[in-house]
Amino acid sequence: MTKFKIYLSVILLPVMLSILSACSEPPAKNTRGVYMLMDTSGTYTKELIQAQKVINFILSNLNPGDTFAVARVDTGSFSEKDIIAKVTFEDRPSMANQQKRAFRDKIDSFVKSVKPSRYTDITGGILQGIEYLNEAEVGHNLILIFSDLKEDLGKDYIRDIPLQLNNVSVVALNVTKLRSDNVDPREYLDRMAEWESKVHSGGGTWRVVNDMERLENILTF
Amino acid sequence: MQFNDIFMLTSNPILSGFAWFIILTIALYIARIHAHKAIQSVCRVFHLAMRLTAQSVMRAEKRMIDRNKEVLLSQGQEAAERIIEREFHRIDATVQRDLSEYPSLHRKLSEEILKIDEDYKESTDVPPAPPAWVKAVEAVAKIPGVKGDPMVGNVLEDIHQSLIKANTKATEEYRKSSHLRHQILNKMMPHWRSVSQTLEQVDKNVTSLLQRSTTIDRHMKEYEDIQKQSDRAVQMLSSSSLTQFFISAFVLMIAAGGAVINFNLIARPMSEMVGGTSYLMGYQTSHIAALVIILVEIAMGLFLMESMRITRLFPVIGALNDKLRVRMIWITFGFLLSLACIEAGLAYMRELLMQDAAATRALLRDDTIEVVESSYLWITTAAQMGLGFILPFVLTFVAIPLESFIHSLRSVIGILVVAFLRSLTWLLRLMGNIAKFSGKMLVNIYDLMIFGPLWLERSFKARTKHETKKEKNVDTVHYSSL
Repeated sequence: MTKFKIYLSVILLPVMLSILSACSEPPAKNTRGVYMLMDTSGTYTKELIQAQKVINFILSNLNPGDTFAVARVDTGSFSEKDIIAKVTFEDRPSMANQQKRAFRDKIDSFVKSVKPSRYTDITGGILQGIEYLNEAEVGHNLILIFSDLKEDLGKDYIRDIPLQLNNVSVVALNVTKLRSDNVDPREYLDRMAEWESKVHSGGGTWRVVNDMERLENILTF
Repeated sequence: MQFNDIFMLTSNPILSGFAWFIILTIALYIARIHAHKAIQSVCRVFHLAMRLTAQSVMRAEKRMIDRNKEVLLSQGQEAAERIIEREFHRIDATVQRDLSEYPSLHRKLSEEILKIDEDYKESTDVPPAPPAWVKAVEAVAKIPGVKGDPMVGNVLEDIHQSLIKANTKATEEYRKSSHLRHQILNKMMPHWRSVSQTLEQVDKNVTSLLQRSTTIDRHMKEYEDIQKQSDRAVQMLSSSSLTQFFISAFVLMIAAGGAVINFNLIARPMSEMVGGTSYLMGYQTSHIAALVIILVEIAMGLFLMESMRITRLFPVIGALNDKLRVRMIWITFGFLLSLACIEAGLAYMRELLMQDAAATRALLRDDTIEVVESSYLWITTAAQMGLGFILPFVLTFVAIPLESFIHSLRSVIGILVVAFLRSLTWLLRLMGNIAKFSGKMLVNIYDLMIFGPLWLERSFKARTKHETKKEKNVDTVHYSSL
């Protein structure tokens, strides 16, 4: 009888463990991935202090298992070199907090030493972001564009590429009005409409948040 | 084909409507008898079906009532047996504790009484005997002719002096012996007190036994009532069961509140142990782990209570031999203690994590205000740790209301089922009656729809009858004239 019980336990234990493991869900389903593009071209570098606040806000709201990357938008942004800092937060909350602090320090040092770029390749940055988020395999994807959305490509750069933004939310932050926009607001409106149609045609969702005091909604997917 | 194509027999809708009315009235009049039968039979079938179902439900209700009574009486009997058994155990303990000492008590009392008796004898007051030669002196004094004799006077004077001396000596001796007797009586006091205390103790024990016997009598009376299955016993048990149900539910709710607090104490630090990103059936694994710990604590508490024979949810544990049972008590207590220590540690960890998270948030918010660490922070930390340690032991006592809840739940469910079945019976009977009377109503409505042909029929019949009667009368007149 005792032997029978031992055999039964030996058989039942792996069965129960396999049932439990089958019940567990992959963590990716509940995790979030945020890729933030920071425009460092021309006079927009002055706005980077605001970007820092946004980054800190996002850091304080992300949880263990989430992924976050901040990249700069410069002349050619479709490159891993433009990623300033990236992190996938550890399972343990204490470790995640340490990672958040380290991330913040990295961004601080970048903002202090940033030099304005000559051109603005936003599309390249988005392409890089899509690639990064696809590799991260997270449940919800978000691309934040901290820019005036005025794309200015260098010579020979080809960016009329359709974006693959399925299951990706795109949020434009702090879209400042340029001097020319003030002269002719249609320019600004056309620019916004163009980006919106670009994102929608790629299968993504588009939002604009210009009030930096109302950041609560940017992390809604 | 549309409705209008069928409906519009003529171009005029009123005429068409009228034509349809005539057609339908005629059709309904022709089908009247069969339609009446059909309506009545359908309603009758429904009525009978409802009645049959109601009867069946009533039987089920009766069976349920009987079953409830059986369960209630069985539970009551078991509880009464348990109480009486416990009372007998108490009496047994009292008898073993107090009356087992009775021989020594008796011996003690006897010894005390013997000592008192001896002391009493010693203290007996013996008056000093007067000197034996007093009578001889009296005789000498009565001799005639001695009065006035100086010789005799001197002798008597000497005797008088001797008597005074003897008297003084006897008085002194008497005083001495009285003092001694008082001393002996004084020594008797502790013995008296001891005897009095012993008798008080005996009285107390006997009174306690008498009280217990009164309680047993009362319980025996209840037990007899249950055995007789009297209505009073059933009502009493039913009421007691409902009271138990609500009280235990209330206590369980309080315990659930304690469990929720416990959960909140350990859920957050559990994410440090099992990770904060994995999910199990839609819930965070850390939350499930915390819940499992609490449930394990409750289970351990149940086993502990069972092993101590406070509850009787698992007869197997109660039936274990005492050695195994005691071993089980220690094992479950050990597990509980370990879990309590773990919880206290987790509660401490929670505080650390919260501080860390607050510091990180402050850093990310770029708070310029310097955060001064409160010197009273240790109180909350200590309180959390204390709660983490105490709550597992508090949850142990959930076993008691849980047992009452489970036992009373059976009765409450039985009462609810009976109420439901009774309501169902009423509803079925109502529906059956509605069906029965709606048959009659439908027949009347049917006749109302064809009131025209029916009126004609009645008029025709009345005229025919009148004419027949008239003809009969004419014939009668003819015959009578003949």
